[in-house]
Amino acid sequence: MRFRPPALPNKRHAVEHITSKMSRTGVAVAALVILAAALIAGAAIGETSIPFDIVLKTVANRLFNAGYPLEPLDEGIVWAYRLSRAVVAACCGASLALAGAVLQSLLRNPLADPYILGISAGASTGAVAVALLGFGAGVLTMPMGALAGALAAFLLVSLLAVRAGSGSNAIILAGVAGSQMFNALTSFVVTKSATAEQARGIMFWLLGNLSGVRWPDVGLALPVTLVGLLICLWHVRALDAFAFGNQAAASLGIRVRRVQIVLICTAAAMTAAMVSLVGSIGFIGLVIPHAARLIVGVRHGRLLPVTALVGAVFMIVADILSRTIISGQVLPIGVITALFGAPAFAFILGQKRARP
Amino acid sequence: MKISAQKLCWSAGNLEIVRDVSFDVAPGEFLGIIGPNGSGKSTLLSMMAGIRKPLSGQVMLGDLPIRSIGSREIARSLAFVEQQAETAERITARQAVELGRTPYLGPLSGWSVNDDDIVDAALDNVDMADKADRLWHHLSGGERQRLHIGRALAQEPRVLLLDEPTNHLDIGHQIDLLELVRRQELTVVAALHDLNHAAMFCDRIAIMDQGRMTAIGKPAEVLTAETISTVFGVEATVAPDEDGICHVRFRAGGARRNSARKDAIS
Ligand SMILES: Nc1ncnc2c1ncn2[C@@H]1O[C@H](COP(=O)(O)OP(=O)(O)OP(=O)(O)O)[C@@H](O)[C@H]1O
Ligand SMILES: [Mg+2]
Repeated sequence: MRFRPPALPNKRHAVEHITSKMSRTGVAVAALVILAAALIAGAAIGETSIPFDIVLKTVANRLFNAGYPLEPLDEGIVWAYRLSRAVVAACCGASLALAGAVLQSLLRNPLADPYILGISAGASTGAVAVALLGFGAGVLTMPMGALAGALAAFLLVSLLAVRAGSGSNAIILAGVAGSQMFNALTSFVVTKSATAEQARGIMFWLLGNLSGVRWPDVGLALPVTLVGLLICLWHVRALDAFAFGNQAAASLGIRVRRVQIVLICTAAAMTAAMVSLVGSIGFIGLVIPHAARLIVGVRHGRLLPVTALVGAVFMIVADILSRTIISGQVLPIGVITALFGAPAFAFILGQKRARP
Repeated sequence: MKISAQKLCWSAGNLEIVRDVSFDVAPGEFLGIIGPNGSGKSTLLSMMAGIRKPLSGQVMLGDLPIRSIGSREIARSLAFVEQQAETAERITARQAVELGRTPYLGPLSGWSVNDDDIVDAALDNVDMADKADRLWHHLSGGERQRLHIGRALAQEPRVLLLDEPTNHLDIGHQIDLLELVRRQELTVVAALHDLNHAAMFCDRIAIMDQGRMTAIGKPAEVLTAETISTVFGVEATVAPDEDGICHVRFRAGGARRNSARKDAIS
């Protein structure tokens, strides 16, 4: 007899199915509420704290012409500075975390992330080269330069890894070498071609900095993040199928090469856009996906949205901290993420060793 | 559904791994492939599965060349269980089997009750229903192997390619699994190491030796003392047992070193 599932649908499953659909909508609504709350907090907290209702009224005024009478100064701070900054922070956190999650699954390596694999370093080099050397002047914008750098870095790192052998750590070693090289290139370009003032600005930007962010930056960050998220979500089942390796994925009908190229380019593009806006910020892409896995498990259908959400919220909080920990001074956001990220990284490394 | 190989060749660099292999497998037939380590069984199977592109020659699935069929389409009619496939992800036994539904699910089409039922049946079939919620890396090698088969069954294939499916299994589960595979009445091509199992379960047996298919036929025709001695370098006696199935018994001290065997051939 040929293998046949039981003809009658299982009642338990049918019930589970309906409840899971309902709970999924509930979870999605909850996620949006959390994100909105984080954005409002990002706009309210700072050097001068502004009450939540003023923040909400500002948003209502600007988006819907609600016409609440408000202090122009407060409205200005909330709208022109903090809100744009919070939105870019959210996009940045979501994009980097997603890029990390996707790279970890595709390369089947828990240590993969855009920063460690040298993609961020490559993007920095590309952005700096366009800004200072005027590479492809007029045609290449800074984000495009960053994208070219990011892809070049990943290509180089992959080639190095292939030469170094097929062990799962080869790609990480290659990434470390690659990021060192691209960081050195960036320093070289900066030292050679920048004025002292430019150099200071660039070094500050490289450590990750949201200070200069305004609404036009949202115009890049938001579409890139949303399109990136959609592309990743489109591939959730393919990503699941990579659990047992490329061959197993191929035998499940996944077009392995195509999926790899599309998703790695997406991860590189998200990273490049964020680097060109706020500099290279480490650890988000590494740590957030692991945190998300602990919360919802390894299935990408849930993992990716949660990763994006946690990344966004984490980055908004990190930005608030960077503005408020030392009063009157702004810490580079990379310092905050590294302060939290480095211990988490050590923890993951330890876990990996413990598992046979 | 029938599957056939036509003059398949594959090489790594200058090294020819599979040389000019052709054979047909009829619908519902169980073909066993035996041969020493490194003789090219896994390479051949991955070409049959459409995963590895042959250097020359082609694979026909049904009446079509496999390279003209979309990969999702292939995965709906052919399932392949690799020799070794491991994961570091914290997935459960059930989730591993659920992967078998991948070729039926699009980015927008959701998981359905029907999919759940098929996965349940597959888990039952490989005797893992009671361990469905265990984590992959807490399972034994044999349990993992059974889940791989379960995943393949969840693909609802018509052709099943198995690369050493009984690896890691205890003797009870080895027999169970081969019987289970037989019961599905699928077209099966399986690389096997145990010659007696091959004789018990296969309709035909093919021998791979240094990349060539040196023999193919009914178990009693293929499994002879001479063949076993030339291919594996082991002395054996072959006699039909009381059910008329040919039975291979190896003789202690009969094993010759590989180099000696190569000398014997040349
Ligand atoms: N990608 C590759 N590059 C180089 N050599 C390869 C590659 N794939 C397979 N080989 C070689 O081809 C030969 C046949 O390998 P294959 O895995 O097909 O053997 P097998 O018959 O399945 O052996 P086993 O019984 O050990 O599973 C081996 O010598 C192997 O080293
Ligand atoms: Mg093999």
